[in-house]
Amino acid sequence: MQNKLHLSAERVAYARRLAEKIAEPVARFIDGHSSMTVERATLRLAGADGANPDGVPVPNLVVDQVRAADPSFLEDGVLLRYVNALVKSGSTVAELNAKIAAGFDVSSLPLGERAAIERKAAELVDRAAERIRGNRERREAKRSEWAGKNNDPLLYLIVATGNIYEDVKQATAAAEQGADVIAVIRTTAQSLLDYVPYGATTEGFGGTYATQENFRIMRAALDEVAERQKRYILLTNYASGLCMPEIAAMGALERLDMMLNDSMYGILFRDINMYRTFVDQKFSRMINAYAGIIINTGEDNYLTTSDAYEKAYTVLASQLLNERFGFQAGLPPKLLGLGHAFEMDPTIRNGFLYELAQAQMAREIFPEHPLKYMPPTKFMSGDIFKGLAMNTMFNFVSKATNQGIHLLGMLTEAIHTPFMMDRFLAVDNAKYVMNNMEGFADDVEFKKGGVVMTRAREVLDQTIAFLEEVGGMGLFDAIERGLFAEVKRPKDGGKGLEGLIKKGPTYWNPFEERLERELGISGAKGGN
Amino acid sequence: MRVVRPYGDTLDDGKVQLSFTLPVPDGAKGREAARKLVLSWGFKDCEVTHSHPLSADFSFYVAYGKTEASIDYDSVVADEAESDGSMDMDGVNAFIREHIGRKVVIVGACTGFDAHTVGIDAIMNMKGYNHHYGLERYPMVEAYNLGAQVPNEKLIEFAAKVKADAILVSQVVTQKDVHLRNLAELVELLEARGERRKYVLVAGGPRIGNKLAVELGYDVGFGKGSYADHVASFVVRKMVERQRS
Repeated sequence: MQNKLHLSAERVAYARRLAEKIAEPVARFIDGHSSMTVERATLRLAGADGANPDGVPVPNLVVDQVRAADPSFLEDGVLLRYVNALVKSGSTVAELNAKIAAGFDVSSLPLGERAAIERKAAELVDRAAERIRGNRERREAKRSEWAGKNNDPLLYLIVATGNIYEDVKQATAAAEQGADVIAVIRTTAQSLLDYVPYGATTEGFGGTYATQENFRIMRAALDEVAERQKRYILLTNYASGLCMPEIAAMGALERLDMMLNDSMYGILFRDINMYRTFVDQKFSRMINAYAGIIINTGEDNYLTTSDAYEKAYTVLASQLLNERFGFQAGLPPKLLGLGHAFEMDPTIRNGFLYELAQAQMAREIFPEHPLKYMPPTKFMSGDIFKGLAMNTMFNFVSKATNQGIHLLGMLTEAIHTPFMMDRFLAVDNAKYVMNNMEGFADDVEFKKGGVVMTRAREVLDQTIAFLEEVGGMGLFDAIERGLFAEVKRPKDGGKGLEGLIKKGPTYWNPFEERLERELGISGAKGGN
Repeated sequence: MRVVRPYGDTLDDGKVQLSFTLPVPDGAKGREAARKLVLSWGFKDCEVTHSHPLSADFSFYVAYGKTEASIDYDSVVADEAESDGSMDMDGVNAFIREHIGRKVVIVGACTGFDAHTVGIDAIMNMKGYNHHYGLERYPMVEAYNLGAQVPNEKLIEFAAKVKADAILVSQVVTQKDVHLRNLAELVELLEARGERRKYVLVAGGPRIGNKLAVELGYDVGFGKGSYADHVASFVVRKMVERQRS
């Protein structure tokens, strides 16, 4: 990637060091803790699945049983009791799940021989690792078989009907129209559920429940279209909210390709407790990293709640923090789809140049990252003609700065969930613009000291000043004082704090250990 | 009496632009189906200017029609006149100082499952929207934005705790009319507690008009194109009107 903005490499490196310094104490906290959903994700990787007649998922039943028997048991890791029950009962995973769903309590069995439990667990870890590795290899094989067939940037479309079978129809049509990435948006408020529903679902509000069965159904449908089109179609969902790691685990098992997954989004925009979120995001990212899943971070949210021109630096600051937390969890740059958005007030003079500066800056600071670029939403109105024009400008900036993942803007964004023709018009517009200016990024440079170059330098300077301020007080305090997204989140406030678990001296999680080893990251020893 | 029709390039030509999707393959038959469909809507003539396949079984059309239908403009009564005659931020603050003499407390939230705070933020956040400052910026308003997914019960409890004068409810993204149930439930809960008259009750959102809001038991509804100054003007005038009655 050529350097068109002539940003100071030392300043960029300094900004990265600031992010590293900010994330370091958080990492120490994370490594001493687990959470209910980290434990449930571990169970899911081990094969725990199903639900009781009231719809309570088996992983929740197990964690709740173990906690009810003795809250300190969870400090050892919940897997111990689950695997103990497997060994003691001699059941298969499926048989044990069925028993648990019918009321059997794994904590009612005394702990058996440790070596036998560890042997059994090693078997489960191998089985999960093999399945996930197989998914990764299948994706890589298909993407190389059909190399060059996807659009660049990848064109990303959302479906959201509430009914997975209806979603399949819409997603199939969207892929046939040229989308490379299909995201099934989740039902409103799923992020605040402390469990993942079980089975195929046909009712949702503003979206469709993320369930493992729904993942499987959509995966199969997109694979079918892909075979017809000879073009790999990527499937996206949301590893965010109170069940980040569980959704990551489900996605890894069912070969999702991307996950919305931000280190701080839940804290700032969903009022989830900060300690819980930091712990959850790491394990979820370790799973994503191992599964080869590209994460999409949520910087666009900073711009929809605050002014996109004035607060542009919060995007870069968040990208740097997301990158650092990603590295801590073993995500390489090529899986870090850092987010940003085209959200400036369209009446700003030279707004286009500022958007160009921001996008180009992200490209240069994160050269290997598949940047996720989000379309205008905040200033979209009932004027669909103006909306189409704004989307055209957005498409232009995206191609001119070589973005990686391009979420298509809908001309009816402010009016209703997209009609089938709205998606077509979006793909058509993007293809027109991107083909028409294919060589633009290579051919055009910016004027020294011009609007674009000056703006990028200013935003980098503001970002550094902001990160220095955050670093001075520490990230937890900075969030509490409202430095991010103009919202104050108390350390002990928000949802999900009661689900945080301090790892005991004998905390045992062979899945976590395996992931750490495979990803080459240091880690999570309990008992400090 | 003033009769009007859509205007293309000549008075009373009745020209209308249309675009739609049909669940049939693209082709001559699809285009003819689209044309006949437009004529069946009462258009006197129709030209399908563009068609394109959306998938094997769906196709997209752009069409122009000519209508003879007209409306007597003088007979029209608008649903929402909320933005007409509203005060700006300074005007609202001056009005409060003069007629109320203390800070006005306004609580806002997206209720139910709605996670989209863009509407309530546009009205309440300091920054506001489209160069209209939000209520947090008003010196004579104490504004509390409770954010998204707030249960109606919590909203009522909070309003009572801070002795709110007005409650703003935003509903942006809704499916299967769940926003109507949410909105109606808030009114029912307030009435059950005998507290409905304590508050100026305001509903807002892209699909909420004044008429609908009033039918649901709100004092007013604000749809698209409404800003904080419109909301604030209504709230303070309503408060004063109630004091006097």
